[in-house]
Amino acid sequence: MIRTTRPFLAVVAAAALAVAGCAGSSGNAASSTPVATSASVGSVGAAPSAESSSSTAPSSSDPSSSDPSSSDPSSSDLSSSVPSSSSAPSSSTASSGVELNGTVTVFAAASLQKTFDELTATFEKEHPGVDVQISYDGSSTLVTQLAQGAEADVFASADQKNMTKATDAGLIDGTPTVFATNTLQIAVKPGNPKGITDLAGLAKSGVATVVCAPEVPCGSAARTALKAAGVTLDPASEEQKVTDVLTKVAEGDADAGLVYKTDVAGSGGTVEGIDFKESAEAVNSYPVGVLKDAPNPAAAAAFVDVVTGAEGQKTLAAAGFGAP
Amino acid sequence: MPAGLGIALLLLPLVALLAKADWAQLPAALGSRPVLLALWLSLRCGLLATAVCLVLGIPLALLLARREGGWIRLLRTLVTVPLVLPPMVGGIALLYLLSTQGLIGQYLFEWFGTRIAFSTFAVVLAETFVALPFLVLTLEGALRSLGDRFETVAATLGAGRTTILFRVTLPLLRPALLSGTALCFARALGEFGATALFAGNKEGVTRTMPLAVYTEFNGGGDGTDTAVAMSLLLVVVALLILFAVRPRRSAW
Repeated sequence: MIRTTRPFLAVVAAAALAVAGCAGSSGNAASSTPVATSASVGSVGAAPSAESSSSTAPSSSDPSSSDPSSSDPSSSDLSSSVPSSSSAPSSSTASSGVELNGTVTVFAAASLQKTFDELTATFEKEHPGVDVQISYDGSSTLVTQLAQGAEADVFASADQKNMTKATDAGLIDGTPTVFATNTLQIAVKPGNPKGITDLAGLAKSGVATVVCAPEVPCGSAARTALKAAGVTLDPASEEQKVTDVLTKVAEGDADAGLVYKTDVAGSGGTVEGIDFKESAEAVNSYPVGVLKDAPNPAAAAAFVDVVTGAEGQKTLAAAGFGAP
Repeated sequence: MPAGLGIALLLLPLVALLAKADWAQLPAALGSRPVLLALWLSLRCGLLATAVCLVLGIPLALLLARREGGWIRLLRTLVTVPLVLPPMVGGIALLYLLSTQGLIGQYLFEWFGTRIAFSTFAVVLAETFVALPFLVLTLEGALRSLGDRFETVAATLGAGRTTILFRVTLPLLRPALLSGTALCFARALGEFGATALFAGNKEGVTRTMPLAVYTEFNGGGDGTDTAVAMSLLLVVVALLILFAVRPRRSAW
């Protein structure tokens, strides 16, 4: 009484329509490929140089170490007419010499949110043709998504361990560059009602402490620091990203949490930070790299240049990050 | 007394949400870009998923209701699996089926360069996965209680299969179709677990309302107010849907 063929055909047609519709609106594979191709065609000379400068980024401020494109008169004219390029030296000269466009998708650790939002504004001012889309999440979540085929151009991790997972899986093009460091602080409610002064205070009964899960960078750093202090902690919850821990403390769900110094600084006073001496044993390095399958490698390299360049370093330092 | 506690448990959390809301800031919070993007995405994906559910669910419900046998019983059990499965498990299962390394996804990627996971289409698939059983079970129950007398009569009067389906069966099913569709849409709109794992959490692409609530709430700072505002909006939508499909004996 029910013919199976017809509904099936209808389903296939509906699915096909849905795929077409979604591809158009989300700018994934089908629609972004032509953009990426045109960008890389336009930047034949600049792409490799941007790559090489990103691996040695902070030191590549010497103009002589730059590439053919900076000796090209037209491109250097163009870059010198951009006022902001004076603060971000040769590395951005290489990328702003070419008209970049399309979308650049950045997967960034949750602790980078405030800084990268600022850098994105800077970047989009320098490259008005480029739309930067950032996914902030725990570094381990992002690596899993990338390994499962999520499409992105740039990956910025909050520790080496998760970046190594990405490089081991062959996801990253070249060698990632470390662009910042970060240390942990104990976050408590303003006024420190529980009177916590060190890591041992987190393990006291009656203190609900929240940390990141061990696979997340902030969690692995927390584990290292607690080990160094000889403190055994039974956390009230293990969160998937550092901002989740921050919220739990700010909302009063937890009495204390282990987060980065930068998170406390950026919390706008909703939490108070307490330094502890073992934090020196657990300093995180933040590496950034361009993905091998990046749909828009030229813009990706330019974004990495901004992060590792003078402008990015200034913004990161202002947010409380340490130098690489 | 237990009944009163039950009511309190069900309603007091909603009261707390209302109490937490910053009413003066509500319009601004709901009009902000992240909220509008999430709302628009949720509506699009929810409607699309509901449409796919209807296309797939009506034939499936007819099959389950009108055929007998062990296979059909087994099938009926299997159809309800997504209903009792934690949506996270559905998300992982979909990922291993359709990611670029997935069982089928690897060939789709190799041959056509299609990436399904972490796209808007993945959101629609995840929502369809969790919502389809609601529609199928609602329709199947209605079909069984209707029996096939009307169809048999129509057939003896010379009506063809297509005519019977569109002139007899579906009109009789109208109430169940409406409530099933509404439930299906509500479930799709609220989907979180499968979407989070299979489609990811990317603004404007896969960050639907529930994911936006989670993200805003965990973002710290003023994000929690936005999360509360969005939660209220979802409560209102849920209530509207429930009122739309509440049983009205005389209406049909």
